[in-house]
Amino acid sequence: MSEHKQHISPLSEYLAIFIALMGLTGLTVWAAFQDVGAYNDLVAMSIAVTKVLLVVLYFMHLKYSSKLTWIFAGAGFFWLFILFGLTLSDYLSRGWIESTMSRFLEG
Amino acid sequence: MADHHAVPGLLHHFEDMEQQKESTLLGMWAFLITEILFFGGLFTVYLVYRTSFPEAWAAGSHHLDIKLGAINTVVLICSSLTMALAVRAGHMGKRGAIITYIVLTLVLGGVFLGIKSVEYAHKFHEHLVPGNAFGPEGIFPVQMELFFGLYFAMTGMHAFHMLIGAGLMIWLIVKTVRGRFSAEYSAPIEMVGLYWHFVDIVWIFLFPLLYLLGRT
Repeated sequence: MSEHKQHISPLSEYLAIFIALMGLTGLTVWAAFQDVGAYNDLVAMSIAVTKVLLVVLYFMHLKYSSKLTWIFAGAGFFWLFILFGLTLSDYLSRGWIESTMSRFLEG
Repeated sequence: MADHHAVPGLLHHFEDMEQQKESTLLGMWAFLITEILFFGGLFTVYLVYRTSFPEAWAAGSHHLDIKLGAINTVVLICSSLTMALAVRAGHMGKRGAIITYIVLTLVLGGVFLGIKSVEYAHKFHEHLVPGNAFGPEGIFPVQMELFFGLYFAMTGMHAFHMLIGAGLMIWLIVKTVRGRFSAEYSAPIEMVGLYWHFVDIVWIFLFPLLYLLGRT
């Protein structure tokens, strides 16, 4: 069996990611006070997703893990997208289509 | 065939440490997937009600202290750094560094929970805890009680996970002091680290979604 050496990241890598996370935290607080209308949510979530990616890839060492580990990690978030996507597609499309029932209920 | 007695921490049903390590890692990620399922449900409730009651959500968010929320975010990210450095020390077999970094992580987690307690106390005094005392009526949109129900449910569940994490830290410190870990075997430190980073990730989403609404 091959001896796979444990990958140890240099201290500088952890510190660089830490500084990036701090910067993104400051950015998200600042961005919350800027009015860009409907894009405020997108900006906030994009920053949050970036921070999460940094934590997952470097702090949780996913970047240096096997592809099978990537599949496990990806599966969880993929499932989350399905949950959000299908649930929201239901709620956001309420009232779009008229039916006999909706006409009956509306009176 | 590896001599299982010669390799510290190697269980008999694994061929070698590499296989055991990979299995442990996949098992931990499988558990984290269930945690994603768990918190995902709460986030979905948040999503549905926020799209229905955006004004009440913004009004509720205004009652949360951005300063304390931001400080807590910084504290948790620092604790993720110290935890990652503890895992790194584990891989290098440096016992003193392991203990130092885990203790630091524990202290930072305690700071977070302390600030959270202060926030919860404020909410209690401001009549923002859902229930009979929520109000006064007419001044707050009625759906704000929903927002605060979610606030307490989500941050409460998060805090509960942090308490469990704190317990795991103490367990790790005891094991490290007793010399159970080495450069060849430090998987428990790494797995607890994954758990702690996950708890940090949940907060990274909670902070903007709860604290930073309607500030423009």
